[in-house]
Amino acid sequence: MRARAFALVVWIAFLGLATVIVVRARYTADLSAFLPQAPSAAQRLLVDQLREGPASRLILVAIEAPEDPSRGYLSRALAARLRNDPQFQTVTNGDASGLERDREFVFAHRYLLSDRVTPEHFSALGLHSAIEESIEQLATPVGSLTKNLLVRDPTGETLQVLAQWDPVAPPATNAGVWASTDGRRALLVAQTRAAGSDTDGQQRAVIAIRKAFSAVQSAAANLNPGTAPTTAQLRLSGPGVFAVAARARIEREAIRFSMLSSLFIAVFLLAVYRSMPALMLGLLPVASGALAGVAAVAMTFGVVHAVTLGFGVTLIGEAVDYSVYLFLQARRGPHGERASTAVPGTLWPTIWLGMLTSVCGFASLLPSDFPGLAQLGCYSIAGLVTAALVTRFVLPRLLPRDLALRTVAPLGLAFAKALTALRPWRKALWLVAAAAALIVYTDRDHLWHRELSALSPVSAADQSLDAELRADLGAPDVRTLVIVSAVDPEAVLQSAEVVSRKLDTLVASGDIANFQTPTRYLPSRATQAARRDSIPNAHALPALLARSVLGLPIRAERLAAFLKDVEATRTAPLLTRTDLQRTSIAPVFDAMMIRHGERWSALLPLESSASGQHAFTIDIERIKRAVRASTANDVEVVVLDLKGESDALYTGYLSEAVRLSLAGLAAIVLVLLMVLRSPWRVARVVAPLLLAVLVVIAGFALIGHRLTLLHLIGMLLIVAIGSNYALFFDRRPSALESAADPEAQTRTIASLLVANFTTVLAFGTLSLSTVPVLSALGTTVAPGTLLALLFAAIMAKRHA
Amino acid sequence: MNDLSRIHTGWCLIWVALLSVLTGCLEAAGTDEALARLMQQMALRQHDHVAFVERNYLQILERPLESSGELFYDAPDRLEKRTLAPKPESLVLDKGTVTIRRGRRQYALALRDYPQLAPLVDSVRATLAGDLAALQRSYFLQFETTASERASEWTLILVPRDAHPGALIRQIRIAGARDRIHTVEISHQDGDHSELAIHALAGN
Repeated sequence: MRARAFALVVWIAFLGLATVIVVRARYTADLSAFLPQAPSAAQRLLVDQLREGPASRLILVAIEAPEDPSRGYLSRALAARLRNDPQFQTVTNGDASGLERDREFVFAHRYLLSDRVTPEHFSALGLHSAIEESIEQLATPVGSLTKNLLVRDPTGETLQVLAQWDPVAPPATNAGVWASTDGRRALLVAQTRAAGSDTDGQQRAVIAIRKAFSAVQSAAANLNPGTAPTTAQLRLSGPGVFAVAARARIEREAIRFSMLSSLFIAVFLLAVYRSMPALMLGLLPVASGALAGVAAVAMTFGVVHAVTLGFGVTLIGEAVDYSVYLFLQARRGPHGERASTAVPGTLWPTIWLGMLTSVCGFASLLPSDFPGLAQLGCYSIAGLVTAALVTRFVLPRLLPRDLALRTVAPLGLAFAKALTALRPWRKALWLVAAAAALIVYTDRDHLWHRELSALSPVSAADQSLDAELRADLGAPDVRTLVIVSAVDPEAVLQSAEVVSRKLDTLVASGDIANFQTPTRYLPSRATQAARRDSIPNAHALPALLARSVLGLPIRAERLAAFLKDVEATRTAPLLTRTDLQRTSIAPVFDAMMIRHGERWSALLPLESSASGQHAFTIDIERIKRAVRASTANDVEVVVLDLKGESDALYTGYLSEAVRLSLAGLAAIVLVLLMVLRSPWRVARVVAPLLLAVLVVIAGFALIGHRLTLLHLIGMLLIVAIGSNYALFFDRRPSALESAADPEAQTRTIASLLVANFTTVLAFGTLSLSTVPVLSALGTTVAPGTLLALLFAAIMAKRHA
Repeated sequence: MNDLSRIHTGWCLIWVALLSVLTGCLEAAGTDEALARLMQQMALRQHDHVAFVERNYLQILERPLESSGELFYDAPDRLEKRTLAPKPESLVLDKGTVTIRRGRRQYALALRDYPQLAPLVDSVRATLAGDLAALQRSYFLQFETTASERASEWTLILVPRDAHPGALIRQIRIAGARDRIHTVEISHQDGDHSELAIHALAGN
């Protein structure tokens, strides 16, 4: 009695403590579970950019309204509303109000921004040729567009700056605002103040855009009451939008699938037990385990990922097995009552060993760089150990004496018979193994998904919309970046200018088509000062100008406004980032000049040529050679191949996962060796599991489904869970035991069937998820554990 | 800084230059019926290729600016103004898109983005289709022949009907002889004006 009370007290105290921790834990559903902690500096920058960078704060807005003339109005009205919302830093839609500010900025600061401004440019000869060129341009159609500019800007610096800035085609416009080239949708780009990783902030921004759009839409309807309601659709894309959608989906699915599989398992167990109290008692270890698992994660990681709770389904599938073994393998007393403490003496060691192998499997996830996986490992270990302990020490003490369970012996008998029938086919397993191996071998080059996007919870449809909008905006994904970083932002800009000059030679040689640099929009102070100092003072310039226009069809007196503008530049302060405010250049500049911690980095995206010898490829080594040793000591210059780097990152995780899984397998084998003390028995336990894994891989290869990291984890789970079944088949009841309880074998088989079916139910439900990581796990483990049971049963040595 | 946005000044010049190609086969006639008949004939024209010399008289400059090159037309809607001197520059209208090529740089613009040009674009389209009524919707037309020994000389004056405050063109004056245009003169509201002289190419 005392032992019983002690176990219960410990259990209740433990539950109370775990509940407190679980209630007070922080939960998050953002995507960081899938963003690994990156090892190298460049990769860290990459991940930081994905999470926090200005690009992560962009929301692409499309107003789809085919054949609808209100598109332009809707775009303008929406932009006006969002510009008044402090949540958004900038909203650009290509309308004149935005461009006007840009033009004013360029015009006002043309002598600081133009890279032609040098002392030679402002010599009599330099001015002469610049003015001559401007006048010549007036004779051509393009030049005639700017004839009124001549008086204030006779050297053509404004056009020079615009040419520097706009080497690529701007987005198409329709009705005065940005539009897709097919004209079906109007486009806006909003930059939020909230970082991309701030999913709550992104969600507020998304809601604000949707609200503003419906307000604008109804305003448009009120404007023209007679017309049919507009059919315009709002489509949003961008990292923040993805994060919000994915979070909602992960939250929804984590909860939905946990509930659903719990329900399935409950109904199934009720059908097996035909006893409500037995069902409730059977779920106790699972509930305790889940509580302990979440508490352990909260204590270890500080924050619990929603997706970990989704993985929690895996725990339900396995932890419920312990009570199934307990209930269904227990020997009945002479009067049919359950002798709860009289579970066969050899049963518990087998359960413990099964649990230990599972723990070994999950433990291999703990060192993973993916927070989601490490949490899954922690959760599962704590959950399994707790569930097993509760089943062993608490559950028997709670069982009522008269708990009536339906006997499952007939089920076990039927399965045993079926197995006997299958036994002659044992040799065929070799054939299955050989066929599976052959399939896997022939498909070995296409087995794995080697891109980071494989783990992305963003649906393919959303990704293609994003790609379409980016193409419409003329902002294709950048593959190669030169990154210049240092502690001092001025040093970064100066070095970026040095690197730019090197890149200019690569553009000239055709190695790259073009590149962007923040220094085009805001030159370093040193460069600005040098340009400013190139301008002669107000005493010297008029005489200089008079000499320079000799022979040109213009009189110097006509250019008084030019003298005034130049003098204003010469005496004004240099440009800073604040001068860019409220122009559409600000987000462009911020996207290329970023701060991370103590350091500043300038990002210089390179564009590959669309034709010629170097079409669509950039020779990274060549770029590296070109920009090498081009800057000061404390400035770091890195050439980053984004796609290559992120795929390398993923491949790194994949091989890490392979190593961890193999380590897990090795640990399992080691534990089995230590306990079973017979390599032959270990081989017989492990063989059906490996065969199950092989057949599952072959199955994926056959249907052409590429494997990801999560499939690999699934395989580890097949081994971890399947080892329980294999161990039971391996267990040899003593002759005495068999004599005393001839039904033991069939009960064991029946309990394994039930336990396996709960696992298949749990993971089968998970496979329906639309979150790739969850479905990958489900589709691997559900068939895998089923096969593991089947193979283990067929390979088992005959005892009877 | 609104100078850049006054893009349609240039457009008008371009359009008129192109228009002049189309009207290159105008015959001397004194009546609207004659004009209409000529325009119908014009719609039959498949290709044309002429040389031009353009003089721009800008008030800020002491001397006119001169440029020269060639004009091309392919039915139904491809038009090109190829400036050869002083700087090579090509301007092509193909269907609804205008492409300007200058050195290594190329600009493409969709005409639908410039609704202010609609009357002018429509008038070219109307001319191509031989639709005199449409042309008359945008311009007051004045068509006269010169009474002299060379009686085949004529003048067509186009005055924009839509004289809104932003209008840039005051008048377009096209002069020719028989089925050929000699000059196109454009007077701007700001006092600048330009003359486009057209010659048949040697061997054409």
